[in-house]
Amino acid sequence: MLGILGKKIGMTTYFEDTGDAVPCTVIEAGPCVITQIKTKEKDGYEAIKVGFGTKKEKRVSNPQKKGYQDLKIAPPRYVKELRDYPLADLKVGDEIKVDVIFKIGDKVKVTGVSKGKGFQGVMKRHGFHGGVRTHGQSDRQRAPGSIGASSYPSRVWKGQRMAGRMGGDQITVRNLKIVKIIPDSNLILIKGAVPGANSGLVEIYKN
Amino acid sequence: MDKIKLVEAAQLRKDLPDFHVGDTVTVFVKVIEGDKERIQQFKGIVMGIKGSGLSKTFRVRKISNGVGVERIFPYNSPKIAKIEIIKHGGIRRAKLYYLRGLTGKAATKIKEKKRKVLESVIEEIVVETPAVDIQEAPVAEQTTETKE
Repeated sequence: MLGILGKKIGMTTYFEDTGDAVPCTVIEAGPCVITQIKTKEKDGYEAIKVGFGTKKEKRVSNPQKKGYQDLKIAPPRYVKELRDYPLADLKVGDEIKVDVIFKIGDKVKVTGVSKGKGFQGVMKRHGFHGGVRTHGQSDRQRAPGSIGASSYPSRVWKGQRMAGRMGGDQITVRNLKIVKIIPDSNLILIKGAVPGANSGLVEIYKN
Repeated sequence: MDKIKLVEAAQLRKDLPDFHVGDTVTVFVKVIEGDKERIQQFKGIVMGIKGSGLSKTFRVRKISNGVGVERIFPYNSPKIAKIEIIKHGGIRRAKLYYLRGLTGKAATKIKEKKRKVLESVIEEIVVETPAVDIQEAPVAEQTTETKE
């Protein structure tokens, strides 16, 4: 799948030629360095391994340092495998740039890790409605209500939605439109919101 | 944040006048009807300015046929042809939401402030520091205060 790794920068407005204001997310996408090419004969499937970002030298383990030295690549911060990459004639050490793989108007899907929300109740986490606020109720406004029947099954069903840790999950948003590409600074503007906090890692794939 | 500014820089409007909350302005808006484009005027009091950078908006209120009408304009929108400042208002609030509770003459009346003399001074300062709006605003305000 055609894709690239990027860093979420933040959100802003973009004005179309028609004057319409479009809310969009700025992402610093790439350049990604190819660190390995996997082939059907050797590995059983086709894929490329790409690296993105830079890492402090002391954070790189010695075996990795040696490996990247041999490839003549600076050790990347993030490494990801992209299966069945459609571009031809790729070599290890090649850079993948946004303006090469995407154009304005393309629909993409963006994967990222959502912001962690901590331990949350059922109303925020699952959208429950909570209890009634009047009719003499107390302590029931944000409660989940009944969590099951009585003598059968005499236990709580597996998968019953309850309070707990929310956020920090991998989320993919599909059908986002590319509004603008700035090749010089590797920035792209995507219409709408994208999962994760600012400066978080996001993966952008062609829809 | 700098990268956001980099993206925004190309679309920021620098040709519009520097108006404040409380000013009476006429906003000339481009309206597209079918394939014809014409310019519509909206004259009223600036009730508030919100946001910064490219997402900055301002809210204008007027009384039209006895009914209060408010419109929010994106400051940097290319749909705004021009803005004319008619009167400068002397106000003590950042947001003039209290105008909604007023009727009759009081709803359109805001004490006028003579800022005309200072305009040349403000322009000079702006020219000296061609920075972003955030920096401009306090500079302009300080000068007005000292003159008072």
